[in-house]
This record gives sequence, C-alpha cells and structure tokens, in this order.
Amino acid sequence: MIRSDQDDRRIVITGIGLTAPNGDNLGDYRAALLAGRSGVDRYNIRYVGDTLAGQCRFDELRYQSRKDRRRGTRAGSIGIYCAQEAIADSGVDWPNTNPERVGVYIGVTEHGNVETENEINEIKAFDYDTKVWSHHHNPRTVANNPAGEITLNMGITGPHYTIGAACAAGNAGLIQGAQMLQLGECDFAIAGGVSESIHTFGIFAGFASQGALAAHDDPTRASRPFDKARNGIVVSEGGCLYALERYSDAALRGAKIYGELVGHAMTSDATDFVLPNPTQQARCMEMALRRAGLNAEDIAIVSTHATATPSGDIQECEAVRRVFGGSSRTKINNTKSFIGHAMGAAGSLELAGNLPAFHDGVVHATINVDDLDPECALDGLVINEPQEIGGVEYILNNSFGMLGINSAVIIRRV
Amino acid sequence: MTKDEIRAEVLDILADIAPDEDLSSLDDSKSFREQMELDSMDFLDIVMELRKRHRVQIPEDDYVNLASMDSTVEYLHPMMKDM
Repeated sequence: MIRSDQDDRRIVITGIGLTAPNGDNLGDYRAALLAGRSGVDRYNIRYVGDTLAGQCRFDELRYQSRKDRRRGTRAGSIGIYCAQEAIADSGVDWPNTNPERVGVYIGVTEHGNVETENEINEIKAFDYDTKVWSHHHNPRTVANNPAGEITLNMGITGPHYTIGAACAAGNAGLIQGAQMLQLGECDFAIAGGVSESIHTFGIFAGFASQGALAAHDDPTRASRPFDKARNGIVVSEGGCLYALERYSDAALRGAKIYGELVGHAMTSDATDFVLPNPTQQARCMEMALRRAGLNAEDIAIVSTHATATPSGDIQECEAVRRVFGGSSRTKINNTKSFIGHAMGAAGSLELAGNLPAFHDGVVHATINVDDLDPECALDGLVINEPQEIGGVEYILNNSFGMLGINSAVIIRRV
Repeated sequence: MTKDEIRAEVLDILADIAPDEDLSSLDDSKSFREQMELDSMDFLDIVMELRKRHRVQIPEDDYVNLASMDSTVEYLHPMMKDM
C-alpha cells in the first residue's frame, strides 16, 4: 500500500458507540429513524413534575461495576458505554493499543447541575447543614468528569477533557478529536458528545420559563421541528462517541471506515445570549464547505439542528436557504423530531443517524410535520417518510447553541 | 442500639457503598480493606452515612477505629447505645 503524507492529515471515523432514546447501537438507532419510531416518552422530575423527555435504556452495568456507577455520574456512565462500544466497533486491537496515545474529547452542554441539585435536595432534609454535603460532589462535578470517567474505566493515560460548547458540543468534540490527531497529540481519539441533562430539573424549568419547553398529549408527537404547531424543545439524554484515526493508520490495519471528516467550522454570533443569528450560521456552513473544497451541490444531506422552537427553526431555515437554496440535489432532514434534543450529544448523535446513508442511499425523514410552516418550507426537506436518493457522497451536519455558538461538519464517504 | 444492631447498621451501609461485594462471609476481626476493595472515599462514605442516619460525628483522628467491623462496633457503641 502506498502511504502519502496527506494520508496522515486525513481523519476518519472507524467506530461508533451510541445510546439514544430510540436505540443503543447504530443499527437499532438507524432502523428506528427509517421506521419513524420516536424515543420520546413521559417523564417526571422533581419540582417540575410531569413533562416529556428522551430517556436512554442502555445497560449501565455492561461496562461498569455497581460501585463505579454509584461513585460516578450519569454523563460518565453514558460516556463509558459509548466509548467502550466505539472501541469494540472499531475492531482495533485494544489490549495492544498504547493507552498513552489515546485522547478522549467529550462535548458537553453543561455538567455538574445534576449533582449540585441532588446535593442541595439532600441537605434540605438536614436544614441545609453542609456537613452532610457529599465528598463525591467535586469529582462528580468537575467539568472534565465524563471524559475522566472514560479514562478511569478504560485505563487510558493520554489527554482527556470535555469541550463545553452548549448544544454544538457533539460536533465540537468531534472536531477537537480530529484536530488533536492532526497535531500529533494522540494516535487514536474517542470523540463526540454526551448529555445527562434530563436529570437536572433546572434545564426543564429554564426552558419552560423561556416559553421553549415542548408539550403534547402524545409524547412521540411532541418534538416537531418545522411544523406550524411546534411549541418547543423536548429535552433528552444520550451520547455518541466516535473512534477517530488518521486515514493512514486505519488503512494500514484494514479498518472499516464510516466516513472522513473533510470539512468543519465553528463561528460565533456575538449578537444574543439565546436568539440565533442566521448570518453567522450560514457563514459557518460556508466555511466548512470552503475548507472541504466543495460547493453546496456536492452535499447530499444537510442534517439540521432545528429544535422546534418557533423562531429558532425559521432562523436556521433562513441560513440553510442562503447556502443551499440553489442546490436542487441537497436533501434536508432533522433527527430531533425522533429523539428530542440530546443537548451535548445532539450533534454527534444526529450525524451518526445519517452516516448509514453512505451505504443504503436513504435519507431519513423529519417526522411530525403535519402542517409545514411556510417559513420552514425548504426545497429538499424530507418530510415524514424516508427518501431513497442513492449515491450519497457528502453529509453536512449542523449543530448550534446558546451564546451564539455555531458548528458544521462535513463527512465524505470513503 | 445494641452491638448487634450497630453491626447490622454498619453492614447495611457497607452494602450501599460496596454493592458488588459479598458481605455474607465478612470476618469481623479482619480489616475491611483486607476483605474488600475500599478506598479513602469509601471510608468517608461510612462516616457520612453515620452522620446522616444517626447524627453521629466522627472526628478525623478517630477514623482509624473504622478499620474492621469489630473495631467499628466497639468505637460506635458508646455513642449509639442510647439511640
């Protein structure tokens, strides 16, 4: 095999480990997306009461002892499950992989709220006596916790940290992992995003106060981006981590390759704490295209970020229209309509749901669109039923977040 | 509480802290660490649980008394006998 220096700069996905509200591995998750199966269900959390959420059902004890699970966090547990599954899926000879050369880069929307709320609730029963505040609080709430728990569980001694990037974190983790491989900081990266956010009442209460929390009699119909009757976000938990390698290494060991990260970009709005900015979102997508040396027409699928808030969806549609409005062959979909908003995991989960299209040529739909909002009526929007288009070469995945953080990644079929 | 009741309480706490361990064959005279995987954070859990459940305050200098079941029960009994 001829190796070129350029192959050392190319970063490919060789393993995927995920847990979503509608699947705990890529096969089940993809099947649910093609079948139109939602993972949103009824949910109850302290103070807020009855609401809706996407809840994961993976077996926490597959890779953790009960003691380690008790000591750690839900985000850590999700991260461990996804990392172990990604490594197993990659087929790498893990026992003979140098743990010093493995890096762990995990995107999070937030971390620490769950444990802090739990402790405050606990000491309330003791008249707020801080002497019963847990000594586990700090190791559970340090911002690197989910990534650190993965290294503890798997004996990884290379770099680890989380990337705080609001709801763009899944993409940001993937980008970080790729960049660290290109910089030579590691030879193998575990990267993506996780979220435990459904276990903090604050996120539900915050969205409710903002008028942005979804409500619907039928939980499976609650997350409805682009529909006129959309009324907000369904908060979900989840995780999706990728095994990343340089193409040269992956090719040398004959690894299965899901795709190559050929373009990525991150931008800031600098305009508002909450409201998105379509100009900067469009610039982000255009930057990713330019860096990949592509035109809009080259992208077969745009995986949108849209969360089903009334204004956010319109803003993203405006941005997508500016970049892809002239491309007749680009299809557009949305995965939150199935799984809700998995926060820090959203970017990586939504990308993963689309990657099988490289091989089956099918674009999964945006479900729950009964009455398409004219302002969201993008050409190429795949509504309610999957569409077979064949020949998918490039997928662009958007992920945006509060404080005006935007990300886009482009994956090429290999 | 009697010594047997205190032992049962400590055993219950241990079952929470070390859920993967089989405690049925615990030797009360041997140190906990010889028989199961316990680290300093686990011992702090024992102290914390006694504080939460029974308002028992154990000074840091006295943590050495929590080495085995026998020494733990002997140490706790004067504090808990009237509970």
